[in-house]
Amino acid sequence: MKTVKSTLSYERQKSSLFFVAPLIVTLLIIAGFPLLTTLYYAFTDAHLSDLSQAKFIGLGNYKKILSDSNWWSSVYNTFLFTLVSVLLETILGIIIALALNKHFRGRGLVRAIVFIPWAIPTIVSARLWGWMYHDVYGILNEIVKFVGLTDHPLAWTASPNLVMISVIIVDVWKTTPIMTMMILAGLQLIPQECYEAAKIDGIHPVRVFFRVTLPLLKSTLLVAMILRTLDALRVFDLIYVLTPNNSRTISMSVYAHQNLFTFQETGIGSAAASLLFLIVLSITFIYLFVGKKMAAYESH
Amino acid sequence: MVPIITRGIAIATAVLCVSYFAGVFSPSRKTNDIHDPMRKGIELSMTCGGKGKQFEECVKSVKEWEEKTGNKVNLVSVPAEANEKLALYQQFLAAKSKNLDIYLIDVIWPSLLANHLEDLSNFIPEEEKSAHFEHIIQNNTVNGALVAMPLYTEVGVLYYRKDLLEKYSLNVPQTWEELTETSLKIQTAERKTQKKKMWGYIFQGKAAEGLTVNGLEWLASYGSPLILLENGKVSLNTTQAKKALKVVSSWIGRISPEGVLNYNEEDGRGVFQSSNAVFLRSWASVWGLVNAQDSQIKGLVGITALPKGGVDGKHTNMLGGQQLAVSKYSEHKAEAISLIRHLTGAKEQKRKALSASFLPTHPALYSDTEILDKHPHFAEIYPLFESSIMRPARQIGLKYSQVSKEFFMTLHEILAKKGEKIEGKLQDLNNKISEILEPSSK
Repeated sequence: MKTVKSTLSYERQKSSLFFVAPLIVTLLIIAGFPLLTTLYYAFTDAHLSDLSQAKFIGLGNYKKILSDSNWWSSVYNTFLFTLVSVLLETILGIIIALALNKHFRGRGLVRAIVFIPWAIPTIVSARLWGWMYHDVYGILNEIVKFVGLTDHPLAWTASPNLVMISVIIVDVWKTTPIMTMMILAGLQLIPQECYEAAKIDGIHPVRVFFRVTLPLLKSTLLVAMILRTLDALRVFDLIYVLTPNNSRTISMSVYAHQNLFTFQETGIGSAAASLLFLIVLSITFIYLFVGKKMAAYESH
Repeated sequence: MVPIITRGIAIATAVLCVSYFAGVFSPSRKTNDIHDPMRKGIELSMTCGGKGKQFEECVKSVKEWEEKTGNKVNLVSVPAEANEKLALYQQFLAAKSKNLDIYLIDVIWPSLLANHLEDLSNFIPEEEKSAHFEHIIQNNTVNGALVAMPLYTEVGVLYYRKDLLEKYSLNVPQTWEELTETSLKIQTAERKTQKKKMWGYIFQGKAAEGLTVNGLEWLASYGSPLILLENGKVSLNTTQAKKALKVVSSWIGRISPEGVLNYNEEDGRGVFQSSNAVFLRSWASVWGLVNAQDSQIKGLVGITALPKGGVDGKHTNMLGGQQLAVSKYSEHKAEAISLIRHLTGAKEQKRKALSASFLPTHPALYSDTEILDKHPHFAEIYPLFESSIMRPARQIGLKYSQVSKEFFMTLHEILAKKGEKIEGKLQDLNNKISEILEPSSK
């Protein structure tokens, strides 16, 4: 009992550690343990039917994956998907957020409606869009025909040239709301005085947007785009439901899942999952590095 | 004192967490061995198909057993697509899950899952076993162990619109070439009337197990072997296979909508049932659905064998169907076997044949007057079992999913490119499958 009352703050720190311990232990179990297991299995020839038979085989799985053309098409698909969808979501997000930032009647209602696509679970919306995309009885082809874009029905989820576009459309529809929400929050942080000053000087609204709004929104946009990019790189559920096994849309996550579960190749699947993890991790570091450099440059 | 108490609480919580996740505190359940007598008040869990009709019928079938034995059955929904269902089952079984007692498994899975399934041969009376089709019982017997009992059988058939064939006085096509011609004629003529969306032939073209089924039927109808030769060598790059795929890939955009490349069974049925197609390849049990009260084509549909590959070809119909199996890790084996005997018995199968036109696995039921009165088409289906083929799951074994995936991916690619470079793609496929089955030591 001698050390009990050494210093109060030290004790506080120590007991707080004990209070956080259950959380840390839980996290280690539910996040750390699977991660380490996956990293371990990536170096073995494990098969899901009997994991105890796994033997260490070094970099064999990575060699197999890197020489698999399906892996490289999944990498290409994932980056194409991420680039196009995040770009579109950002542009649409800015436009919608600017509109919602203005005062008009029923704004609260419109704001709520805009977020509906985001609130629907991906599985449900992918199914929903699957039906709308149907080439014979889908509503989308009726609309396309009504507008007069084409007279023959489009095979949205089957035609090799359309299938990636179809996936991107659903993703943009679904995740633009979250982008809008983040940008709207950023817009509301911009001091009103800036706009008032611009108004007094009689600056054209377009110029105001590029000279005032956009620069002040930059950090918010950066964060929003990082979050979306990391999310988009891991895309799984949408593609899994809408167009599984289609070589034009298979993503890195779907590739890993396919090896892990459909083929039961735990070793190869784990290696693919580890590669995806490494890619996401390194992109995070690049973003953080660039962000820091930018912040340092600005303060300078 | 306080810090010690907090420390104690923290450690206790941590230990609790760890032991909870490690399963130390999971409630100890009383287990029951396969030899023990039946108990009451047990809760069994089983999978019973995810589709509407299948599930509804299952609920009805289970009810009687529940009342008779005083036990309860939880029906667990699983994905509709075979590849996904299999992947899920393999996860459960690999984890030795006790949560599921009875699995509804596809006709091609017994050899894949046999290691995890209980041998039922000593618990089911001989006369009950021999009442089923012999070929299914054989299929479900792996290394002498009967690992599953047949619940219903399936066979691939061609559905056609009787009214449309009559209208243009055309015959039911006997070969794929005839089917192509007939489709073109009716489709062109119908599109000039109100039916602007009319198509000729619908099949399962989505890159999934369904395409493997269709593909093997095409190849076999032209006389090409089913992936493997008898000596275990892969043999896909044959002249017959090329001929078959040439005909098939000419359909896309011509008599089959381009969207067929992403159709599973249900998508395709939607097109046929909304009166937008002349022919449909599907399973025999779809009869009940296309002739349901709310179907636009009720009473207008005929059923027949799938066409031959050319005049020298043969009719080939893929066998399907579902079996019930008991997990080795189940804690309610005696009850599970009792339920399986109830569900696969002649009485229950007859009820399901009458109410939902499920195909029984008891040959005797195909001459049952009550069933034939209600479903005269059963008489036409019965001979199809003669010309039926099986997927080579038994020969391929554990790698079947991988082989099937390579097969349907290549087929999908050939169809999407409308038959470009068939020979080169078949050769690549041949090499890939050989590599999967016998990895060369590179």
